[in-house]
Amino acid sequence: MTDAQDRAARERELEQLEEQLAQMRASGADTADLEARVQALREAVWRHPSPWQVVQAARHPQRPKLGDYLTRIFTDVVELHGDRLFGDDPAVFAGLARLDGEPVVVVGHHKGKDTRENVYRRWGMPNPEGYRKAARLFRLADKLGLPVVALVDTPAAYPGVEAEERGQAEAIARSIFTLVQLRSPVVVAITGEGGSGGALAIGVGDRVLMMQYAIYSVIPPEGCAAILWRDAARKEEAASALKLTAQDLLELGVVDEVVPEPLGGAHRDPDRAAAALHEALTRHLGEVRALPPEERIRCRYDKYRRMGRFSLRPAHAAAPSDDPRSADVR
Amino acid sequence: MLNWLRRPKYESVERRDIPAGLWAKCPRCAQLVYRKELERNLKVCPKCGYHHRLSGPERLRLLVDEGTFQEWDADLASEDPLGFPEYADRYRQAVQRTGRPEAVLCGRGRIDGVPAAVAVLDFDFLGGSMGSVVGEKVARTFERAVDLRLPVVTCSASGGARMQEGVLSLMQLAKTVAAVGRLHAAGLPFVSVLCDPTTGGVTASFAMLGDVHVAEPGALIGFAGARVIEQTIRQKLPEGFQTAEFLLRCGLVDLIVPRAELKATVARLLHLMGAGEVVG
Repeated sequence: MTDAQDRAARERELEQLEEQLAQMRASGADTADLEARVQALREAVWRHPSPWQVVQAARHPQRPKLGDYLTRIFTDVVELHGDRLFGDDPAVFAGLARLDGEPVVVVGHHKGKDTRENVYRRWGMPNPEGYRKAARLFRLADKLGLPVVALVDTPAAYPGVEAEERGQAEAIARSIFTLVQLRSPVVVAITGEGGSGGALAIGVGDRVLMMQYAIYSVIPPEGCAAILWRDAARKEEAASALKLTAQDLLELGVVDEVVPEPLGGAHRDPDRAAAALHEALTRHLGEVRALPPEERIRCRYDKYRRMGRFSLRPAHAAAPSDDPRSADVR
Repeated sequence: MLNWLRRPKYESVERRDIPAGLWAKCPRCAQLVYRKELERNLKVCPKCGYHHRLSGPERLRLLVDEGTFQEWDADLASEDPLGFPEYADRYRQAVQRTGRPEAVLCGRGRIDGVPAAVAVLDFDFLGGSMGSVVGEKVARTFERAVDLRLPVVTCSASGGARMQEGVLSLMQLAKTVAAVGRLHAAGLPFVSVLCDPTTGGVTASFAMLGDVHVAEPGALIGFAGARVIEQTIRQKLPEGFQTAEFLLRCGLVDLIVPRAELKATVARLLHLMGAGEVVG
């Protein structure tokens, strides 16, 4: 058996045992033995999860969504609607709320709890008006000097005809443009799926946190495998190649902190996951709030300016060959 | 009858001579065009007006006055930060095939006499994709433009963010957009020229933040790929979807300019936006 098959078999066994445990608990039987077995297996399966396992956790149907975090972390939440240009996008939440008693602007991708709600919210895949609503709230935060908390959880920006007609790319670019220049403190948390430009549009901030089993990628593993090997089934290899886990991104300098989750994923204990996220948000917001706005904008610029890896090539290999004017310096 | 006779003859010509590069087949009207004639016509099909793609150096020759281009950062080279499958090989092949070090050419030059900072993406090099080097060079172009008080002209031709550098490529969207912000704050103009094709992360960053958006006729410009959209909505896409003409109707580009008029139009726009008053 390969490692991957072995892992999949253990995951299946864990699922079966968890189900069995739930049934026994419901019937009032003694579960101490089984609980110990489940815990041991859970640790074996999740001690060093494969990237694909993390992808599955990030997409788990029971994974806490924006709504779960809103009720557990914030108080006095008022959702605000509409981009004042075209309409209101149910795939993006934007509003005012209190964090630790202080008013903040909260923006996030809004996935649904069930299929019906997900159809309505397009599985959290925004149209341009969603990003324009977000940008409107960012500007409001700037005007009032309120901090921004952005919660990222989207497979992608919605790929649709109307999205293109209304300028999906422009909406994303403009939202990023607004965020990089915002005077307000901005703290971002990737809570589930960080789907490329659709995530980054509201994911640029002074601090970017990432939940332990969230993912953040320039392309979904399935799409990557289809391009690379013309075989979407090799998604597990692609998930490894893309370096999309929180730990990977911490090492690449893209995120500032990994927020711990309960073993096996936030859905196993949403209260504990939310408490950890709350603690991290409060701490980072406190730190970036202490800076004067100009200093904050400068630091944010430098933070993104530093991202990426490149080197200097030896000069003899550098000159582009077929443009005679490249050497013609004036 | 004549057509029936002519076609096989053309195909045999094609088979024999295209490797030698004498004839080119127009992808739109499928006619064979004498390659020298095509070159003289700025790679616009003389039969149907189709704008063939230009390489980065060709685009630079079209836009920048001869003898005025001074390249910046030609020595930046990509690393393989993720150890991504096949990336090192494909990168080496792209360098060998194009003779150029990356998918963007940046520098300063004059456009019909107007001094400007220029960044030209090169679709020939890994699909013009934006990884760490492209993002860095584009950002530096905007920053240098601020220091030198120059306007910026970018010519985009790109499939988007470079998959092989993973989320680091995605971060180049933020990096380049931040640099556009500096130019904006300095009150300097930015003309974004959108060439065939401009999609994905390049459209969703600096390319869509121009003060003026100029597109080439027929250029494919969009965010999501047509195939992904078709798979999502399970419908055929409308005729002309994501073309420059479609974007003009949607209010996303300002002008569609034929290639022969591109340089003069860009220069005129720069003049009207206050550039070129100070000799750089």
